Amino acid sequence: MKKKSNIIKGLKKSIPLYILLLPSAVLLFCFAYIPMYGLIIAFKDYTPGLGIMGSPWVGFKHFIKFFNSYQFGLTIKNTLSISIYGILVGFPLPIAVAILCNQIRNKKFKKFFQVTTYLPHFISTMVMCGLILIFLSPSSGIMANFCKIFGLQIPNFMASSTAFKHVYVWSDIWQHLGWDSIIYLAAISAIDPTYYEAATIDGASTLQKIRYIDLPLILPTAMILLILRAGGILSVGFEKVLLLQNTQNAMGSEIISTYVYKVGLQSFQYSLSTAIGLFNTLVNLLVLLVVNWFSKKTTDTSLI
Amino acid sequence: MKKQRRKIKKSLQERILDIIIHSIAVIMILAIIYPLWFIIIASFSNPADVATGQVWLWPKKWILDGYKELFKQASLWRSYGNTIFYTIAGTLFALFINITAGYAMSRKDMVGRKWINVYYIIPMFISGGLIPIYLVVKDFNLINSIWVMIIPFSVSSYNIIVARTFFRSNLPESLWESAQIDGCGTIRYFISFALPLSKAVIAVIGLWTAVGIWNSWFNALIYLQDETLQPLQLLLRRILISNQSLLGAATGEMAAELRRLSDMMKYASIVVSTIPIMCLYPFLQKYFNQGVMIGAIKE
Repeated sequence: MKKKSNIIKGLKKSIPLYILLLPSAVLLFCFAYIPMYGLIIAFKDYTPGLGIMGSPWVGFKHFIKFFNSYQFGLTIKNTLSISIYGILVGFPLPIAVAILCNQIRNKKFKKFFQVTTYLPHFISTMVMCGLILIFLSPSSGIMANFCKIFGLQIPNFMASSTAFKHVYVWSDIWQHLGWDSIIYLAAISAIDPTYYEAATIDGASTLQKIRYIDLPLILPTAMILLILRAGGILSVGFEKVLLLQNTQNAMGSEIISTYVYKVGLQSFQYSLSTAIGLFNTLVNLLVLLVVNWFSKKTTDTSLI
Repeated sequence: MKKQRRKIKKSLQERILDIIIHSIAVIMILAIIYPLWFIIIASFSNPADVATGQVWLWPKKWILDGYKELFKQASLWRSYGNTIFYTIAGTLFALFINITAGYAMSRKDMVGRKWINVYYIIPMFISGGLIPIYLVVKDFNLINSIWVMIIPFSVSSYNIIVARTFFRSNLPESLWESAQIDGCGTIRYFISFALPLSKAVIAVIGLWTAVGIWNSWFNALIYLQDETLQPLQLLLRRILISNQSLLGAATGEMAAELRRLSDMMKYASIVVSTIPIMCLYPFLQKYFNQGVMIGAIKE
């Protein structure tokens, strides 16, 4: 009896908090949860006239159609190769930059280094893609002109399906490397300085300090970020790929999300597009859980 | 004697390492600054000089034609105005939405906190996807409406978590307790105590959201077909990606001049659209840094 009245009292006290939550909860319901319900059109033949409820069920028809299509292998291959390439380069490099930055003794130079390397992060995807197209232009771009000095000619990178992933990944590195290192820099600066003092007394060199103090102590942070990245393994930066894509490099740049966009909003196959998108989300979730489980087992760090 | 030599050898090794580290740092700085500097000088140079590789560090001759032509375009001013409106309105709205939610979630005495938490986390991992979201936006009659840029996607679970973490670690519980004794309710406490003490987190989330909206274009692409409502980034898409000239088509002698001006406008448009962000950059840098830190300790 007493417990019950306690709950009622707690509820009463929580009412103003619920009021504060209301706007965001309603928006989430409308624009995140209702679309989740809309996912069932992946299992239906949706036509706008019949609506979500009225359209006939077709089971896994659209999934099977996607799995049997020519684009299935192509988009999976491209998505995975861009994504894994991106992780292989983009995961260790920020750690290296953080360690490097931490070794810079001159405070002013260190600050300057940080301010400049963070800068490109704020450039919009649109401008970034514009820069890529301008710089890599084979006729008048700065790369072409630079190579001309040495008598070399560069190929048209943007027209090549094999070069696409390199352009994508390395331009991403240019833009986000400094920014991605912030979190590791924070992890390093949180390390107890007495560790370094003890190491110095024991005669450890700088490299040894990095190897035996810095690296092991930023491992938990690194694992969390790796798990999060793995959870987006099938979600390559969609906007950038869409902007850099053209008919000549499409064989190397057609990824799942650009295909979802084309099937859905350019050829209006709503159900097929939703099925592909759902497949994408589920694979991401699965990979996230697997990597999380693996990390929990091996390094004792996990997200959930 | 032997010991001493070892010491010298070691410091030599350290010195070499130091030189390597600083060289890498300088190369990285140059690799970032040079392309940006190049865009600026190219926007003031004759495109022919740029294309033939005669502009490296300084314009051969300063020309303002690109900017002049760009500023004559009504579409630039219109889309610039749209972007400014979307950024200001969208940021204010998102701040209201996410800060209120963040505060409520920070209170440990809220009944049902665990379930509410789950409700906010799920959308971070599962999304309805392009088409289902599109259909909902359509059902709400938000296609070709300015509100689609401000309201539907303003909730950010990540920002709510950042705000929650901030409130928890920066508002002492005793403050709330003593306010309660004095008869102060939750809403009043939130407005007159919690908010004034949280300028840092408001700045972080506000700047974060503002940059995001300023740079965004995909929602505008699919939801705003009306050209008069489109933001700056979509105009840039026409200039930079689709390679369309804003000056229209021409033939003969005019065509070459037109191409020259269009090329210059490319560089100029990059500079003009990125300047506001770069002016804010010193503040952004400081607050974003803090934001990353607050976000990092969320788990």
